[in-house]
Amino acid sequence: MSAANRGTEAGAEETAAPPPAPGTGDTTPAPQDSEDRGPGILKSIVTGSSLVAILAVVLSIVLGGILIALTDEDVAAAASYFFTRPTDTFLAAWEAASSAYVALFQGAVFNPRADSLALMFRPLTETFTVATPLILAGLGVAVAFRAGLFNIGAQGQIILGAMFAGWIGFSWHLPFGLHLVFVVLAGFVGGALWGFIPGILKARTGAHEVIVTIMLNYIAIYLVGYLLTTPSFQNPGSANPISPRLDETALFPQILGPQFRLHLGFLVAIAATYGVWWLLNRSTVGFELRAVGANPSAARTAGISVTKGYVVVMMLAGGLAGLAGVAQVAGTEQVLTSGIAASFGFDAITVALLGRSHPWGVFFAGVLFGAFRAGGVQMQTLTGTPIDIVLVVQSLIVLFIAAPPLVKAIFRIDRKEKPSRKNQKATTSGGAA
Amino acid sequence: MKLELQGITKRFGSLVANDNIDLVVNPGQVHCLLGENGAGKSTLMNVLYGLYEPSDGHILVDGKPVTFRGPGDAMAAGIGMVHQHFMLIPVFTVAENVALGDEHTKAGGILDLDKTRARIREISDRYGFDVDPDALVEDLPVGVQQRVEIIKALVRKAEVLILDEPTAVLTPQETDELIQIIEELKAGGTAIVFISHKLREVKAVSDVITVIRRGAVVGTVEPTASTGELASMMVGRQVSLSLNKAPATPGDTTFTVRDLTVPGPGGQKLLDNVSFEISKGEILAVAGVQGNGQTELTEAILGLHPHASGSVRLNGKELLGMKVKDIIREGVGFVPEDRKVDGLVGSFSIAENMILNWYNEPPFAKGMAMKPSVVLKNAREKVAEFDVRTQSAEAPVSTLSGGNQQKVVLARELSRPLNLFIASQPTRGVDVGSIEFLHKRIVTERDGGTPVMIVSTELDEISELADRIAVLHGGELMGVVPGDTSRDVLGLMMAGMTAEEALGQGQHRDTGETDR
Repeated sequence: MSAANRGTEAGAEETAAPPPAPGTGDTTPAPQDSEDRGPGILKSIVTGSSLVAILAVVLSIVLGGILIALTDEDVAAAASYFFTRPTDTFLAAWEAASSAYVALFQGAVFNPRADSLALMFRPLTETFTVATPLILAGLGVAVAFRAGLFNIGAQGQIILGAMFAGWIGFSWHLPFGLHLVFVVLAGFVGGALWGFIPGILKARTGAHEVIVTIMLNYIAIYLVGYLLTTPSFQNPGSANPISPRLDETALFPQILGPQFRLHLGFLVAIAATYGVWWLLNRSTVGFELRAVGANPSAARTAGISVTKGYVVVMMLAGGLAGLAGVAQVAGTEQVLTSGIAASFGFDAITVALLGRSHPWGVFFAGVLFGAFRAGGVQMQTLTGTPIDIVLVVQSLIVLFIAAPPLVKAIFRIDRKEKPSRKNQKATTSGGAA
Repeated sequence: MKLELQGITKRFGSLVANDNIDLVVNPGQVHCLLGENGAGKSTLMNVLYGLYEPSDGHILVDGKPVTFRGPGDAMAAGIGMVHQHFMLIPVFTVAENVALGDEHTKAGGILDLDKTRARIREISDRYGFDVDPDALVEDLPVGVQQRVEIIKALVRKAEVLILDEPTAVLTPQETDELIQIIEELKAGGTAIVFISHKLREVKAVSDVITVIRRGAVVGTVEPTASTGELASMMVGRQVSLSLNKAPATPGDTTFTVRDLTVPGPGGQKLLDNVSFEISKGEILAVAGVQGNGQTELTEAILGLHPHASGSVRLNGKELLGMKVKDIIREGVGFVPEDRKVDGLVGSFSIAENMILNWYNEPPFAKGMAMKPSVVLKNAREKVAEFDVRTQSAEAPVSTLSGGNQQKVVLARELSRPLNLFIASQPTRGVDVGSIEFLHKRIVTERDGGTPVMIVSTELDEISELADRIAVLHGGELMGVVPGDTSRDVLGLMMAGMTAEEALGQGQHRDTGETDR
């Protein structure tokens, strides 16, 4: 490649950048979009505004409501005489959507019809229980994002974590306390191992982490399925692919008593959130990882090993997802099954996106998605609205977050961007001419 | 064709990029637009080329107001533009590139390049361009590629030709050739808008100079104005263009490079057996046209090329084979040629960028824990010391202008004890006012007894700073010559002559051409 070719490439970038902005003299902002060479989507995930995230949630809930109304039988009945009395249709639609969301809220946060005050808050504890693996695996996806890697492998990492933790849990017999410590560590190590593989392959051979992690998901899913048919994992005397129950000493204690499913894993998730925040924002390791993610060339020139960064962050990401596996196997499920990870590994990507890859953002996004899941069950029982609608809302959220200009256009914010967009369009045609 | 801009104003939100600009371009005239980076020259030309709609004002062609909705309209009106970075497709031939966007077809939609070839030959002969229509663009030297861009505009019957920083990528000789071409075009009646921030060439080529500062026209002057006058109009205050540095007092030779070779991906040598040394308290400037091994040289010294061979010794210690991190810890300060790509993390704060390669050293970190308050305090001090214009040391570094970004890089590299300082293109894209400051800091570092290596493609900068000059061509060292070597000799060396040959021929030329 000659210098001229490099120049031609750079030229396309340069002219697409916003115009130089004089008038403020030396404090003039420099063109921003040629700053970082990282993939554009990655940048928008990390730096996207929280306003967009919140608006995306609002918009998705509204669209979900419309969808509920459209599929509701009462609404359909009222719509059959729409032109005689249109108000009936709208009332029925409002009724359908609002009752579904009220039921969702009651199932996820606060149920006023419960027998005691404590039980009224039971839904909230359910939300936290469901949120625990989402938060942990979401953190795993988020840290990788921050270092510039798409970790699509949380699913497999959860399974490996659950497998390691579960095996220690039912086959070792250790005293109370110590046993749980080993279970947690094993889960972390299991997940970290499954993160190490794509990390080292990326560092050494340049293999793309997305492909490797997706394939490792399949390997993990079928590996656990296979192991559960072998004597060392399968519950003796059972025909089903299911492990023995974990020892009592290996389980996360229930922190609010036996009435509630909420277990110590939730506190682990809070601690992990704080830990990841500290690591990313206050530690030298986090500084390296963020530099690698935001500008690998500059990181390399500054003496930061990019390849080491990839390995470290993937192990950390895997370890965090592994802890999600621990929360499942030693908290909620208490046995190892092939469906131990449910779809948490994939939802974790959504959670990381919604949380903009910031640890506390991931935490709240995890809680929100936990609430959707917990409340969705209640919604289905009470109003007959299928729980699938929750998945639709979740998917809409991701869709809107992936396309911030769409959200901005709908809410008519951020008009200032218009000239630069026009510029880019114009330059494209100019370049071709 | 006479082109007039009347009261052109371009606003981006609250930002006024062009403020009520008037400009008249007459046929057969070279009109220079002089201004610093970010003064609004490019915005104005983008307005003229139909890339932006002006917020206010009119464009008049031969006295009639016109509106351009896109570059297509501008081209149809006879305006052609040669961008600073060429808009050519490297794997296409010259003819294909010229035809692109304006293709002639035979029956059945089959591409007919013969007409285009004929036009290229015609124009090429007329102006002495010497361009082969069937050559692949990627095989052509940069200067010829630029001519292809000009041909592209002329084929589309451009009567006004906008040249945006045309000399940025050329050798001094190619620049001379370009100036000749401009003269030819001018004689043929083409109007030329020449955009630049280089005073010397602006004076050499133009008939009228319009100086722009902060989006507004400061004045229109004749090319007879002195460079000092032009510079102060550009910057808005008196600037001293010469550095007045004291002669070097070289001490021990502490940095030696022997037979440094960097292999390329295809087996070719990007850097071929380069040997030189730098003493304490001396500036060695490395000259050369961009892409002749300078990047590889600096990167190999910093340990970024794992396959480099030879020897790089600093204070007797072999650097080759060490990790980048350890080389930095040996006291090597490094300013990369592309600060946005290699020198700064755009989304990081100024404070974080100030410690980008020193983040885990005391006092900024203790063990694994970083100390944000110390990092911030350090940044505030450096911001004050290097006069970085920013509202806050916590602002993302990408919000700074090019000159201020470069100050951040220099502040970082110069604020620790150094045994070697390497700066690549230390003032590229930096405004004239900051150049002065940055050059002074570099000389201060030299006077402190550090061996300094400057890599620059700007001969002005080379002659300004250098105590000795090394010239690279095609990855080979053409020789090391004294700092006061004439531009002609340097130009010949940059084109591939050895120092001895160039010195012989350069002197010959010096006596032959008295106007230089």
